[in-house]
Amino acid sequence: MIYEEITKNKIKSALLILLFVAIVVALGFFFSYAFSFGIPGLILAIFIALVISLIGYYSGDKIALSMSSAKPADKKNYAYYHNAVEGLAIAAGIPKPELYIIPSKAINAFATGRDPKHSSIAVTEGALEKLSRTELEGVLAHEISHIKNYDIRIMMLTGVLIGIVVIISDFILRSWLWRGNDERKGNLGLILLIIGIALAILSPIIANLINLAVSRRREYLADASGALLTRYPKGLADALRKIKKDTYEIKTSSATAHLFISNPFKGKSISHLFSTHPPIEERIRRLDAM
Amino acid sequence: MSVVLWVLLIVIAVIVLTLILLYNRLVVLRNRIKNAWSQIDVQLKRRYDLIPNLIETVKAYAKHEKSVFENVSKARSALMNAKSLAEKAKANDQLTSALKSLFAVAEAYPTLRASENFMQLQEELSGTESKIAYSRQFYNDTVMMFNNAILKFPNNIFAGIFGFKEQEFFKTEEKEKEPVKVKFD
Repeated sequence: MIYEEITKNKIKSALLILLFVAIVVALGFFFSYAFSFGIPGLILAIFIALVISLIGYYSGDKIALSMSSAKPADKKNYAYYHNAVEGLAIAAGIPKPELYIIPSKAINAFATGRDPKHSSIAVTEGALEKLSRTELEGVLAHEISHIKNYDIRIMMLTGVLIGIVVIISDFILRSWLWRGNDERKGNLGLILLIIGIALAILSPIIANLINLAVSRRREYLADASGALLTRYPKGLADALRKIKKDTYEIKTSSATAHLFISNPFKGKSISHLFSTHPPIEERIRRLDAM
Repeated sequence: MSVVLWVLLIVIAVIVLTLILLYNRLVVLRNRIKNAWSQIDVQLKRRYDLIPNLIETVKAYAKHEKSVFENVSKARSALMNAKSLAEKAKANDQLTSALKSLFAVAEAYPTLRASENFMQLQEELSGTESKIAYSRQFYNDTVMMFNNAILKFPNNIFAGIFGFKEQEFFKTEEKEKEPVKVKFD
């Protein structure tokens, strides 16, 4: 069951990179054509796409961590945090991930990385303060399951690559909208219009891709496999109850929002693209039923 | 060559291939058990190393509780001398209960409880204890996978020929955490 999930996640990750390279190269092709850059322009686009993909794959985790201003958790001051993760990693049969602290009063946590050997977990100060030990362990077990299932790879790539495509398409659309009428009539204006329309068609596809990565199934599965690790579903269920009542938000980018165990924006200011967290009530209900 | 011969050759090739795959899978699973066992050993060793320090710290505040210290020391050396899996599991249970009474005694000494050194040791020990429980859980899960693999038909016939034997679980007297019923859908 889990092994099928891992294979599926690896394939999806590879497809995501391919799609990203294809989109950037297609944009590069249009630009080269519009500005008559010719072959060198196209080569540049391919080069950029590959470099960004490599950066996303190898340091996407560091980007996600710094976007949430996470700091390394030292072993002395966070002894329980370290002990709990080490125990859960042993139970899951994966190496111990690197541990980080997010300076925020909210209760939240996320895991990131490209595989179990290169993975990190970050929790907020609020989570360490407000959650009891069994609750924290439940949350950490959920994150460890994300790591074991290779969810972290596809979730990280989604954040970085989709984030960049969204930025590029935003930039192109705006630059076209802000042009004067005369400019719009020119050859360049026409091509930018085509790109704009193409991207308008693309964005629902992109939104679907994010759904692929952040599917509710993935969260439910991590909840369930986390409960298998701690043998105590009540821990995570109680933690989710506390999270539900908690009103603090975390300062982070919407491109990393889907990494967290629960929506860091509390559903108030969330952009439509990223509102894919399963409802907390349903997660609690399923955990209570185990 | 006749068709019958070809079919025969193909059937034999398929059987040989299946056996090779089966053998390799069982080897991987058996190595996983070894690895899981070494995880338990690492944690047992860690706890073993922490105990003298703990006894020293508690002694400084509670000199008169000699019998408790003796029990812990005895259980500790019993664990070191334990050879087989069952012996180790038993010695580990004894050490766990001896430590429990040590911590219960410590409750009566507020200055001890408040000392930083003691608090750190307590955190370390309870962390190690839960790691022992988790490594045991992982070990038993791994053993179950292996045993299931070699006991299933027709694997059981070939597992016997290849010399794979059913592995022992790491049993404990502590109340085991009940496995949760999880539905994946």
